[in-house]
Amino acid sequence: MSVAYAEVPLWAAILSAAFILLGATLALIGAFGLARLGSFYDRIHAPTLATSWGAGGMVMGSMIFFTAAAARPVIHEILIGVFVTVTTPVTLMMLGRAAIYRDRSDNNPGIPPIVKSDRPSETDENRADA
Amino acid sequence: MRAILPYPLLAAGLAFMWLALSGFTPGHAILAVLVAIGASNALRALGEASPRIRRFAAITELFGIVLYDIVRSNFAVARIILSGKRYQRNSGFILVPIRLTNPSALAVLSIVLTSTPGTAWLDYNSARGTLLIHVFDLVDEATWIDLIANRYERLLLEIFE
Amino acid sequence: MNVLIMQVALFVAQSFLAIAMLFCTYRMAVGPRAQDRVLALDGLYVCAMLQLLAFGVRTGNTLYFEAALIIGMLGFVATVALAKFLMRGEVIE
Repeated sequence: MSVAYAEVPLWAAILSAAFILLGATLALIGAFGLARLGSFYDRIHAPTLATSWGAGGMVMGSMIFFTAAAARPVIHEILIGVFVTVTTPVTLMMLGRAAIYRDRSDNNPGIPPIVKSDRPSETDENRADA
Repeated sequence: MRAILPYPLLAAGLAFMWLALSGFTPGHAILAVLVAIGASNALRALGEASPRIRRFAAITELFGIVLYDIVRSNFAVARIILSGKRYQRNSGFILVPIRLTNPSALAVLSIVLTSTPGTAWLDYNSARGTLLIHVFDLVDEATWIDLIANRYERLLLEIFE
Repeated sequence: MNVLIMQVALFVAQSFLAIAMLFCTYRMAVGPRAQDRVLALDGLYVCAMLQLLAFGVRTGNTLYFEAALIIGMLGFVATVALAKFLMRGEVIE
């Protein structure tokens, strides 16, 4: 399915262009932060710019453009937005945990210590061992 | 109802995804319903309890708040990255006490905290109910703990528990 | 007029995304540690996905959307697998 640009009304073109530019700019700033920031835990915040409003802006721009061009609602792009929003916490959480684990095993400074869990069952087991 | 649809929200999401990917036509609507029922029944084998939503009105409130916070923190983080060394910023870890225990509520909280640039969810200790997060622009620990407890956690408790 | 607006906006957006991918590649090459490289890979595939969305709008072809979705899914699985490897790969249990 291909669409002709001339069929898109001016307001839709401007709105869509604005959203696409916003998304691309935020993705660029996020990647710039990724390249420039000093420590890993600072850098982990940078890609969220691309995955929150970077992806959101591109998806909105694309949705507006195709809806105006096809003269009917085109909303399948929203799946990318939902998918990115739901998967980013999983990847960043796992990466953050891996980084903390590696830093702790290397005894790097500035890492919070392990919080010992104090469930009664565990202490009971310890007592039984002792 | 629960016998056919153990996870109504999941089934609705799957049906919507099927329709969005293959077109909103009557034929695909029938297929979507069949796939959604079959797939959500297959998930019964995992044995997770379906989340019970207590207050639907709080969902829209939470959605609005989160959308606003995402926009605001996007621009805050973008400004800090672009301003370079001039902006004196100290980032750090904070340990937040969390009252939530419901897994779905915790999952939603993790999505909220990760999608708003500036906070990253690192580790959750279910035995102590503490959450380790990293904050990009840490001015005051108490403000962040208060923000999470009163802005997000209160609504999540209303929705899920 | 509207054609010109879209063409300029898409050209600028695609250039921005290309530069963003270069920044990610730089971080992936420099490191310094394995988790930095995996994080950069994560950023790189998100940028590639957005690049494909921009291609879709530029050509007016919705097929690019499916490609973007697949890149997103494969990138997610790759990052999770690599993060899991970082957690478990160096410990002999």
